[in-house]
Amino acid sequence: MRVMVRDGLFTDAEEPALLGSQCAACGSVHFPRAEACTYCATEDPDPVELSGSGTLWAWTAVTAPPPGYQGEVPYGVGVVELPEGVRVITRLTESDPGALAAGQPMALRVVTLHRDDDGNDVVTYAFAPAPS
Amino acid sequence: VSGVAITGVGMHPFGRFDGVSTTDMGVAAVRAALREAGVGKGGFQAAFCGTAYGGVATGHKVLSRLGMTGMPIVDVEAGCASGGAALMLAAAAIRAGQYDTVVVFGTEKMPKGIIRSSFFEPWQEEAGLAATPAFFGLRAQRLCLASGVTKDHLARVVVKNRRHGKANPDAMYQKETTVEEVLASRVVCEPLHLFMLCSPNEGAAALVLRRADLPSPSVNVTPIPVTLAAAVLRSHIPGPVLSESTPLAGLSHDEVPAPTTLAATDAYEEAGVGPSDLDVVECQDTDAARELLSCEELGLCEPGGSAALLSSGATALGGRLPVNPSGGLLSKGEPLGASALGQVVELVRQLRGECGPRQVEGARVALSHTVGRGANAGVVILKR
Repeated sequence: MRVMVRDGLFTDAEEPALLGSQCAACGSVHFPRAEACTYCATEDPDPVELSGSGTLWAWTAVTAPPPGYQGEVPYGVGVVELPEGVRVITRLTESDPGALAAGQPMALRVVTLHRDDDGNDVVTYAFAPAPS
Repeated sequence: VSGVAITGVGMHPFGRFDGVSTTDMGVAAVRAALREAGVGKGGFQAAFCGTAYGGVATGHKVLSRLGMTGMPIVDVEAGCASGGAALMLAAAAIRAGQYDTVVVFGTEKMPKGIIRSSFFEPWQEEAGLAATPAFFGLRAQRLCLASGVTKDHLARVVVKNRRHGKANPDAMYQKETTVEEVLASRVVCEPLHLFMLCSPNEGAAALVLRRADLPSPSVNVTPIPVTLAAAVLRSHIPGPVLSESTPLAGLSHDEVPAPTTLAATDAYEEAGVGPSDLDVVECQDTDAARELLSCEELGLCEPGGSAALLSSGATALGGRLPVNPSGGLLSKGEPLGASALGQVVELVRQLRGECGPRQVEGARVALSHTVGRGANAGVVILKR
């Protein structure tokens, strides 16, 4: 079985999406979904699905397992800019920083982190290099 | 409204000290500061203690050991800026006339290795998104892209600070290094190598603050008076995705000022000085890129000008504006609750002219800067 690392962050579909929200007052987009706008404090922003395509804005790789992490190292971590005007912190499927370039197209994927004690595959969102 | 003077300072060195407790280190620093200020039991009306990992009633445990309790004792947690937050509260209380004399200290024993922070939710740890060095690496890469900073510049920050730290008996590392040695250390998170990251560690620092219009009770030779001209703490305005507020998303533009800039702007106004008036700076250098970014965010150079500022030699001892003459956190290591007050202790000693081989000659105006998760940015300005 597949279980999400946390419910409510993304859809585990063929074409996955990040679950965000948009403020009806100022138009700002948030990820994860917010209960009040991060920027203007207006309550109950509208739920939206964010674009699964973006461009790479920053990237690195983690070479030693940080506290609480049970997956493999190295793994990529970066920032992807989405067309909604949002920059998202994300895992990257590419763990070699030398194989990535600023502004390259990226696509959302769902990836397996590790298998938990009940034999479930724990999955999370990540961005992968996409053909331009 | 009275000004605030710093009449005594004390330190427990920063490093690793097996068998020495958080309380032991706090006792050593507070005792030294009280002795210098000529203050004993009954001589202060409040105490503020900065600590992030110290646990319940850290400040009480220190003052109980010294036999000095009864006054309000408040522990303050604001990540890397915990000491700055404690200082802000103490200074405001004195200015408001609530107290004449206040003890401010910070003490910390950090767990070893990558800092595990309760700031992150368990799923972030499980997903590998609670890796502090990764955030440092991403921020360093953006600085490289935006400001023309190279790995060579990053290595030179480490070489500079370690050279300064060689003359600081309170530093964890008192040995110089070279650009080659820094770049030969393993990559932790590109573009940052191991030597470009500070070590979480242990230590304590303490200050005695006093209304500036009261005579010092010190029976010792009165130290050169140092005035606390500003002590500001600010949190973040949301927007920058790589700010110390450590969000999961931010805005696709760079127009929102960083928490450090917010705190510095307020501090310059409160102290009535600007960046060009500064003689010496201790700033957050948890990684080598952070020092360069701190220089930009504090207005020590134009945005994008930090590599040129470093290369000019201005920020080295002997330069126009020495940055981190103590060796910085890259030499001292970082005990969260004590790091900001450690900077202030260094700057008080610099303004008094007590720093020997690492003395910034004729220093009269000094700035301390810390910024940490939350975000919390603390900026302190001292004058003599």
